[in-house]
Amino acid sequence: MTDYGLSEEYQDLSDTVRDFADQVVAPVSQKHDEEHSFPYEVVQGMAELGLFGLPFPEEYGGMGGDYFALALALEQLGRVDQSVAITLEAGVSLGAMPVHRFGTDAQKEEWLPSLASGQALAGFGLTESEAGSDAGGTKTKAVLQDGQWIINGSKEFITNSGTDITRLVTVTAVTGTTERPDGTVKKEISTILVPTDTPGFRAEKAYNKVGWNASDTHPLSLKDVHVPEENLLGVRGRGYANFLSILDEGRIAIAALGTGAAQGCVDSAVRYAKERHAFGNMIGKYQAIQFKIARMQARAHTARLAYYDAAARMLAGKPFKSQAAIAKMVAGEAAMDNARDATQVFGGYGFINEFSVARHYRDSKILEIGEGTTEVQLMLIARELGL
Amino acid sequence: MKIVVLVKHVPDAQFDRHLSGPGNTVDRSESILSELDEYALEAALQLSEARGGEKGGNSVIALTMGPDGAANSIKKSLQIGAGEGYHLSDAALAGSDAAATSLALSAALNRIAQDGPIDLVIGGMASTDGETSLVPAQLAERLGWAYLGHAKSVDVDGDSVTVNREVDGHAEILQASLPAVVSVTDQINEPRYPNFKGIIAAKRKKTHPLSLSEVGLDASAVGTQGSLTVLDEAQERPARTQGTIITDEGDAGIKLVEFLAAEKLI
Ligand SMILES: Cc1cc2nc3c(=O)[nH]c(=O)nc-3n(C[C@H](O)[C@H](O)[C@H](O)COP(=O)(O)OP(=O)(O)OC[C@H]3O[C@@H](n4cnc5c(N)ncnc54)[C@H](O)[C@@H]3O)c2cc1C
Repeated sequence: MTDYGLSEEYQDLSDTVRDFADQVVAPVSQKHDEEHSFPYEVVQGMAELGLFGLPFPEEYGGMGGDYFALALALEQLGRVDQSVAITLEAGVSLGAMPVHRFGTDAQKEEWLPSLASGQALAGFGLTESEAGSDAGGTKTKAVLQDGQWIINGSKEFITNSGTDITRLVTVTAVTGTTERPDGTVKKEISTILVPTDTPGFRAEKAYNKVGWNASDTHPLSLKDVHVPEENLLGVRGRGYANFLSILDEGRIAIAALGTGAAQGCVDSAVRYAKERHAFGNMIGKYQAIQFKIARMQARAHTARLAYYDAAARMLAGKPFKSQAAIAKMVAGEAAMDNARDATQVFGGYGFINEFSVARHYRDSKILEIGEGTTEVQLMLIARELGL
Repeated sequence: MKIVVLVKHVPDAQFDRHLSGPGNTVDRSESILSELDEYALEAALQLSEARGGEKGGNSVIALTMGPDGAANSIKKSLQIGAGEGYHLSDAALAGSDAAATSLALSAALNRIAQDGPIDLVIGGMASTDGETSLVPAQLAERLGWAYLGHAKSVDVDGDSVTVNREVDGHAEILQASLPAVVSVTDQINEPRYPNFKGIIAAKRKKTHPLSLSEVGLDASAVGTQGSLTVLDEAQERPARTQGTIITDEGDAGIKLVEFLAAEKLI
């Protein structure tokens, strides 16, 4: 039976990131949320802490840790500020990880040191206006001509794609078609590294989002973007399989972030329930409030166990697809449900943006949508059951 | 250059702090590395790094005196970047005042210097629990070294140390030859957090436990026996009372001003 107590190094890392989140992130969260500004100073602080390099080997400027270390950091950040946490999550697990997993030595040497040190950010451009849950709908095209890929198309909702320190976006594109034995035609999807200073690449105006206001999200347009043939990431035609495996891992990271958000809501609600008085008692004395918060705690705890389990399986080299999908779904729902309940505990103040529970309320909804909607997780879980 | 940083394990100010036991000492169950000592450690690391760090023949050593739990403050110092740690711990040390503490630390420093002379000792501007700010000065006196207190910057050139201290609106530049004891303020730098590599590396670094006899001190020289001052009585801060509430009956402005004037706040 596995014991989910953390080893000393994991615990110390988690404590360090908790202190950083409370002391450095929390004081500027409201300002960046209100101003919809990217928290460059916080990103620099995370870079100094080595968070962008957590799961990468030291030879590429990483910290030599693993994916679970990243997840623990994301939980602590997600508790305080989801925008900051998603900036790290997307930077590491969507931006840098594909290069680490599928890149050639030359690609790794070119990109990993700056990404792992947090001096540069990378984005992952998969979603398009007609290709979200169903990435098979990808329309962006890349044609190989005279040793160059010429890419045309557009992407939607790409995180970290337009900051001052964004240097790279990995895009998926149709690079051809193959005929199946039965005669039907199948799109060949590949992933290609596009440096953001390549002519024809543009991050369009940032979205006006409901939440995650301090996170950077843009539509991208690619018009006759020329990159060298060597910028193909991984094997041609394996793009679909590659990003599916990247998304499997990413679900553990997103689940950790959601767990943190759910826990942040519990912590705020407990504190407030002890402070706030109504009808002659602190509201935490009323069972209706106690039960609400007890249920919130149960959700956060369940979400944490789910992502710990998925991470443990992944690190042990066991299949973890279903567990990661469960963790992602449970944690996203825990965050959303807890944010709604914490807002209720706060009463009118819960609807005022100054309070962190109000920010969690706006921020948490996307956790049921991004990196695979809840419905997509259910599809994956059902598929693993052979349905 | 060999720098020893004085680090203290203190109760975490985030939690309620309590006094307990004989001598009314502080309950240290929720304790951490004193925040003010993190500035001292950062200053030491910057001095070392500017000279090529360990590869350049520099060492930063964390020294603490305190009960078993104080090993955590050494661990944190090693994670942040100190190369090795010394932990002076002995039941007889309990209840030591500043004078007894500086005596014990000076003995520990003499023991550390047996492995090679110390160039600089750096401490924080105060501990966040006792808050006497006496220990570094007393330590310098006991060692016969120069003391440069409350430095806002510190630099070493050859065998002299220069600090800038701000006192009552003017700046003093002090210089002394090494070895010396320096205490630094919380204005001197921005202490770093340990990173994951540091956390892993700390596991391979050495902490040397020291007992009183190993530093050549007798139990009677320290603790409550060896102290010049003993805390006879201490009282917890009285619970905060509810403030004055002014109800607006059309004259709240006047009442407010009267209140502020009566309290001499305006
Ligand atoms: C803030 C933000 C950041 C993002 N960051 C990135 C990024 O960095 N990179 C990137 O590539 N994308 C990113 N996305 C895109 C995100 O991953 C997609 O929005 C998400 O995958 C859903 O795709 P869609 O919006 O096209 O919805 P659709 O796929 O159109 O889904 C619409 C609805 O239909 C449901 N649905 C679809 N198919 C089925 C089915 N077969 N059975 C049942 N229900 C179904 C869905 O669950 C959903 O409820 C981001 C989005 C946001 C909002």
